[in-house]
Amino acid sequence: MPRIGFIAAVFAASLGITHAARAQDTVYMPAILELSGAGAVSGTNFRDGMILAVEEINAKGGILGKKIEMPLLDTQSEAGIARSQVQKVLDNKPYVILGPVFSGSVLTSMVLAQEAGIPQLVGGEAATITQRGNPYIFRTSFGQQFSMPKIANYVRDGVKAKTVALLWVNNDFGKGGRDNFTKEMNARNIKIVADISTESGQADFSADVVKLKGANPDAVFVYVNEEESARFLREAKKQGLKMPLIGETTLLGQKVIDLAGDAANGVKGHVGLTVDAPIPAVKDFAERFKKRFNYVCDHNGIKGYTGIYFIKTVAEKTGKFDSKAFAEAAHGITISPKDVPNILMEATWDKNGDIDRESFLGEVVDGKQKIVEVLPKLGK
Amino acid sequence: MASFIQLLVSGLATGAIYALIAVGFTLLWQTSQTINFAQGEFVMLPAFFVLGAMSIGAPFWLACIIAIGLSVLTLGVVFKFAVVDPMLKHGVLPLVISTIALAVFLKEAVKDFYSSQAQPFPTLVPANDIHVLDAVVSTQSLAVLAVAIVTVVGLNLLLQKTRLGRSMQATAQNPTLARILGIPVRRMVLYTFLINAVLVAIASILISPIYLAKFTNGETLGLAAFIAAIIGGFNQVRGAVLGGVILGILDNLSAAYVSAQYRAAIPLLILIVVILARPQGLLGRVEERTV
Repeated sequence: MPRIGFIAAVFAASLGITHAARAQDTVYMPAILELSGAGAVSGTNFRDGMILAVEEINAKGGILGKKIEMPLLDTQSEAGIARSQVQKVLDNKPYVILGPVFSGSVLTSMVLAQEAGIPQLVGGEAATITQRGNPYIFRTSFGQQFSMPKIANYVRDGVKAKTVALLWVNNDFGKGGRDNFTKEMNARNIKIVADISTESGQADFSADVVKLKGANPDAVFVYVNEEESARFLREAKKQGLKMPLIGETTLLGQKVIDLAGDAANGVKGHVGLTVDAPIPAVKDFAERFKKRFNYVCDHNGIKGYTGIYFIKTVAEKTGKFDSKAFAEAAHGITISPKDVPNILMEATWDKNGDIDRESFLGEVVDGKQKIVEVLPKLGK
Repeated sequence: MASFIQLLVSGLATGAIYALIAVGFTLLWQTSQTINFAQGEFVMLPAFFVLGAMSIGAPFWLACIIAIGLSVLTLGVVFKFAVVDPMLKHGVLPLVISTIALAVFLKEAVKDFYSSQAQPFPTLVPANDIHVLDAVVSTQSLAVLAVAIVTVVGLNLLLQKTRLGRSMQATAQNPTLARILGIPVRRMVLYTFLINAVLVAIASILISPIYLAKFTNGETLGLAAFIAAIIGGFNQVRGAVLGGVILGILDNLSAAYVSAQYRAAIPLLILIVVILARPQGLLGRVEERTV
């Protein structure tokens, strides 16, 4: 019996030593993402972008001599589960939390990380995320307050629309987009003739398309998540919806094009990030991503990839793994590809954690996204 | 008026698919008292059989035939012998719980072995428009409607006009008497499981171009078909058909003319009204079983 006790004690001690040794060698950065459910397209792209960056960084010795330890936790695209996952990882004192991507999940979970003083790098685009005075929240893509003015200018100058119909998803992402888009349309005297809300995960868009046809606007602005975008586009083609369909990255992404097939042709809009950007570094990244994961990544893949390099750059700037120092150093930072090639495009994070960088106007032609114009940073 | 016609045709097409699934519900209940809460997942799965067959080079039409065959094998034969037969002897409730577990298993298995992401699914016919009284009706909706109608009519002819169908009717109405008359009751029950498998496979091929093939599709479809079966009458095939059609049309019309946000509540409201006013369903009969 004493012998069994001795073995157990040695085993327990070795576990402790292993954990301590691992903790010394690695920096803990858990990723909480939409790996299943309605947000699986976004979450898995974001995940794979991060995995590629982590593999590259760890192969070169990690950050400040420590390899990145990035366990993956699934939110199932549910805000409540996202919150519990954040609560769970906080017990292990992470340096930074990665994700979630869905705005609703970010909004319900970010207060926990804020209270613990842990920076959170998120994929959500709802404007309110960075308007709540949280010094620990950082975006990987445009907030709606940055993207909607660019879309509104395109609707006015590019499409020359006098009336628009708005189709949006009734969640935090969609409501934020709808409110900002409406504000920008009002500022440009463009009339919204139909304001149609849809549900997250909605499968059948036939009634919505009929309503759009009845409203007969000059253009339709579509602001729903990727899978719903594809279902909507298929239904729009099925019913012969003729007016221009305008959207954001969630309408023009490669996954949407893959799912919608021919129905995606002709769709136009503003794209914050895309692998089709006329930038050699982005194209090189897209090739590496495809070689590693055997599919073409969408904007979320770029968000995840550049997000990890953002963390690496800030950590190396502070010279230590201190979460509070990270948050302070990250505000106001501008990272240029000249200094950090893997950041792909110059990006600036402002005092709220919002990101600013160049963006693009795109169009789907023959099943491919084609970039027709590069738009400058808003801060320029 | 044009909008109304478009909504009606589109609703009829969706309703016809609900009807196919609901008919399967009633068939299983009638012959073996099986309430299959995995029926939605039964509709989700064949789409992945089609995609799997296409991924190894089969053309769409052949992939559909393979998917129907695999569905008959797994969702018909295996389901009957591996799940229903061992559990039914313990009563209806353990069987219901088993089908709920089966639903979870099928969903998670598809997620793990295929993908958690939605997959594109081919349409039966190319998208073209047909103009009817100023309304633009899609050929895809008409094709879905046509296939569903042919399937239901074919099933009805099988049940009403053939010796096999009448034997199945007799089994559903009184299995003991049917056995005395020399009808192979166990085989008749197995046939209903096979028919259900064919129905859900056809429904899957019809609905997946609209929903896209995804592991979660069964959640909505199973509930819709269950409600349709209760509205129409759980013990009548024609009741299930009516319930499915009503549900499809009302879903579309309420989303367009009442409220998109509350569209999911409308079928439940109708369900409550039917249960209060006519518990046996619109076409159902009290304590009578026919297929």
